[in-house]
Amino acid sequence: MSDQTSFAQALLNPELACPSGLKTWNGSDPEVRFAVYRNNVMVSLIDALAETFPVVQDLVGEEFFRAMAKVFAQVNPPRSRIMAYYGDCFADFVDTFPPARSLPYLADVASLEMSRVQAYHAADVASIDTHTLQAALANPQQLLSLRLVLHPSVHVIESPFAVFSLWAAHQEALCISSVDPAVAQTALVFRNGLDVDTLELTAGAGRFFRTLQKGHTLAEAAGVAGNHDNEFDLTNAMALLIRSQLIAQITTREHHHEYPH
Amino acid sequence: MTTSCILGSKTAGVPIHALPARSGVGLKPVHFQEILDTQPDIGFFEVHAENYMVAGGPFHHYLGRIRERYPLSVHGVGLSIGADAPLDEGHLHALATVLKRYEPQSFSEHLAWSTHGDVFLNDLLPAPYTQATLQRVCAHIDQTQSYVKRRMLLENPATYVEFSESTMDEATFLNEVVRRTGCGLLLDVNNVHVCSVNHQRDARAYIQSLPLAQVGEIHLAGFAKQQDGDGDLLLIDSHGSPVAQAVWDLYAFTLGLTGAMATLIERDSDVPSWPILFAEAGLAEQLLQGLPRSGAVRSHVERIAEIV
Repeated sequence: MSDQTSFAQALLNPELACPSGLKTWNGSDPEVRFAVYRNNVMVSLIDALAETFPVVQDLVGEEFFRAMAKVFAQVNPPRSRIMAYYGDCFADFVDTFPPARSLPYLADVASLEMSRVQAYHAADVASIDTHTLQAALANPQQLLSLRLVLHPSVHVIESPFAVFSLWAAHQEALCISSVDPAVAQTALVFRNGLDVDTLELTAGAGRFFRTLQKGHTLAEAAGVAGNHDNEFDLTNAMALLIRSQLIAQITTREHHHEYPH
Repeated sequence: MTTSCILGSKTAGVPIHALPARSGVGLKPVHFQEILDTQPDIGFFEVHAENYMVAGGPFHHYLGRIRERYPLSVHGVGLSIGADAPLDEGHLHALATVLKRYEPQSFSEHLAWSTHGDVFLNDLLPAPYTQATLQRVCAHIDQTQSYVKRRMLLENPATYVEFSESTMDEATFLNEVVRRTGCGLLLDVNNVHVCSVNHQRDARAYIQSLPLAQVGEIHLAGFAKQQDGDGDLLLIDSHGSPVAQAVWDLYAFTLGLTGAMATLIERDSDVPSWPILFAEAGLAEQLLQGLPRSGAVRSHVERIAEIV
């Protein structure tokens, strides 16, 4: 085992002794000094999670959050050097974290918060120009067979819980006591200029956007959305996409809706 | 992007790949708008390369605009030059992309490692000063410099432990790295002070034994205090407080050897409001301009303490 292997393992696992071969000028226990590195690593990871998931932290309290984040960080240290996206599997972890079982909506709130970070840093892609859009809208029959490429910052969070209201209550947009967590909600996250916007969507609109993102035609996406939500309103959903400038392209080709981070 | 535009008269004639011999500040998102609004007279800004390895959004929006107005230093924290493993090609590519996009006057990285296997440890970890480490570090710097097609500056580390297997001291190690690779030095004066306390080294002798002609930038930052296992003082390179008086004194001593040199005030936690950070950069600027000496700096430190 290399020196750096034992050093790295001991950093993430406080039950391991500090690596051998460390020296101190005064002969003091190197374990105490090694603990500075342990603390730097763990605190920096927990702080990174706290920055990305402020509402999750509000919902469970700082002490609980930091304890949960520590368990997460020990098992899931970053795999990327780009710390902005650290915690992209935090929601899955929260979902199966036994001490958080009494708050079943917590994982979906975490998903929403991670989506906001991803939307913030998403690629700068211009929305479709008005001329092309008007030409496409002028021929509704043909439009239905086309595919819409949505802006890379668009994220849809479908939840059996009131994921939007729980988040909004922590932006002082809603009173938390008026929120019934057990109401199913769908949230839309996207970048609007330099800000990230978060809106509540109907279940149908959410499913419509998600189906478009998978590369299906407008007609297919409308069909899927209608089956999911019999109150789905295609006109309203399209109006939201156009008004918020979320359509990047209209194409006849199949596409994979993926952008680089 | 041109680098000749809008730079003030104080930076006229500076070659493209050198920071002006003025003070700068680490660029924080919380200060983006205020900097654009107030256009402070400051020598340069520095960013962590990894924060700009994102596809788009406000970070690139603001850095692009700030870069049009100021010289820039790109400072990497994730290359893991000291790791006993090959450099990550994907990371080198991302680094080259950031450097190409912003064409900074300076690019620097650390004498440290921060990755193991596929795990990123998000801290700057120490390596023993041995021939094996030296060869590895030099090979990694050679590879980096040829990949990004520019000279890099290597920063001296802040460390909390030493290794029994080390066969040379840190200054000897750095001299040899600079000699073999042609890289420059980013002299972190706070790190020198932190190490001088943590390992009972003579800070001034250490600085005097470095290849000072190759220094391209100086870092100043604040530290935190702890105790080691014997109750002796242990300093932590925390970047969470104003620069301490001992570090200002060591900085003045360093400038006496290097002459005026681009100097960064680093602040990464408990980031204060822009005017306070700007005022701290002003203290370095005063020393750089050879105006009042340390007595005046002291009074400024006290004044900042009052503002805080």
